[in-house]
Amino acid sequence: MAVSGIALVLFLFAHAAGNLKIFVGNEDFDHYAHWLRTIGTPLLPDVWFLWIMRVGLLVAVLAHIWSATVLTVRAKKARPVKYAHRPKIQGSYAARTMRWGGVLVLLFIIYHLLDLTTGHLNPVGDSSRPHANVIADFAPDRWYVTLFYTVSIIAVGLHLQHGIFSAVRTLGQQTKHGERRAKAAASLLALALVAMYLSVPFAVLTGLVD
Amino acid sequence: MDIKVRVWRQSGPSSAGQMVTYDVKDISPDASFLEMIDVLNETLILNGDDPIAFDHDCREGICGACSMVINGVAHGPEKATTTCQLHMRHFKDGDVIDVEPWRAAAFPVIKDLVVDRTSFDKIIQAGGYISAPTGTAPDAHATPVPKKDADAAFEAATCIGCGACVAACPNGSSMLFTAAKITHLGLMPQGQPERDTRVIDMLQAQDDAGFGGCTNMGECAEVCPKGIPLSLIGRLNSDYRKAISKH
Repeated sequence: MAVSGIALVLFLFAHAAGNLKIFVGNEDFDHYAHWLRTIGTPLLPDVWFLWIMRVGLLVAVLAHIWSATVLTVRAKKARPVKYAHRPKIQGSYAARTMRWGGVLVLLFIIYHLLDLTTGHLNPVGDSSRPHANVIADFAPDRWYVTLFYTVSIIAVGLHLQHGIFSAVRTLGQQTKHGERRAKAAASLLALALVAMYLSVPFAVLTGLVD
Repeated sequence: MDIKVRVWRQSGPSSAGQMVTYDVKDISPDASFLEMIDVLNETLILNGDDPIAFDHDCREGICGACSMVINGVAHGPEKATTTCQLHMRHFKDGDVIDVEPWRAAAFPVIKDLVVDRTSFDKIIQAGGYISAPTGTAPDAHATPVPKKDADAAFEAATCIGCGACVAACPNGSSMLFTAAKITHLGLMPQGQPERDTRVIDMLQAQDDAGFGGCTNMGECAEVCPKGIPLSLIGRLNSDYRKAISKH
């Protein structure tokens, strides 16, 4: 859970940094997107690096889902009779929404790939002009797309608020002082990531990027 | 004060149980929660009913026998307090209080509120010991222990093995209990020879007993009557990582 999660968090930061290139300029953004296909050349043939990354991410996602499933099944088996009276648990909202939040994030990833990778669900869907796909995606009349994107990104943020702390703890963080720092760092990183991801659709929505 | 209690009644391990409501009248606010159940039981016996079975022993908050989930919280609403040390003044006149046993597959109900906590003994048997030569007790100062380590080990050793951590955990995990034992013994020089095998064997025993896996939610530490900190689970994880890398 922790190792696959950390790999995915690292990817999320790299992805978010790439997104911000749209603020530099539409051509720069397209240039960045095309560069992703040529990383590693001429050592590797074109798009090989991209496919290595994709396979790595897929393995991490599957490992993450597998671990989560094992934990969920074990949890269900460990408490066959439920409590009649169970107030909201005292842990954080993020901690108790990890499972359903994770499912929402998975659905979003599937939609996101069909939208901006394959282009099937994108009104433009032109892989040679990625900036046009993004701008068409978050146009004001497609507010429901922006809404779903926003809700999903917030779900990612909540997932990471507990997830980053939990990963650090699983890997052996053990002091009380360190626990406070790890929780603060997890909240800060999650917030930074949410801000980076949401800046693009809201910039398009408000006309800052066109 | 007059209250109502809804108590889980189950006549035996394999029979079906249900919540049953009882009126308890004229209870002193200074009575402990267990004394309130005692009073209720006397009424039940006088009426020819079966009294409510519940675990209790020292009633001083140090034995770990009492085990009730009160209004959904293990050991009730007071922080760092066992059920026997919880007093009725923390409730209001007219309250309806739900009382349930620890709920975990590894803690099967024997009767009413009494659960079988043998699975904790199995975890202890798997590694909760040190190798010590027999004979006369060694001098207390023969093995120096840094004060910081002694204090931290003692903090972990205050775990009374009541099982509230399991009862509270949304995953039904016993990680805080096992972590307390690992920390208590692993911090002491006497606990070093078995340090690696201890963590591996105790975790295996915990899994075999049917406890769930830990997801670091922190419910356990919230209800622990001894205030065992959640950070000990990190120490267990660290010990486990080092142990498996060596074996």
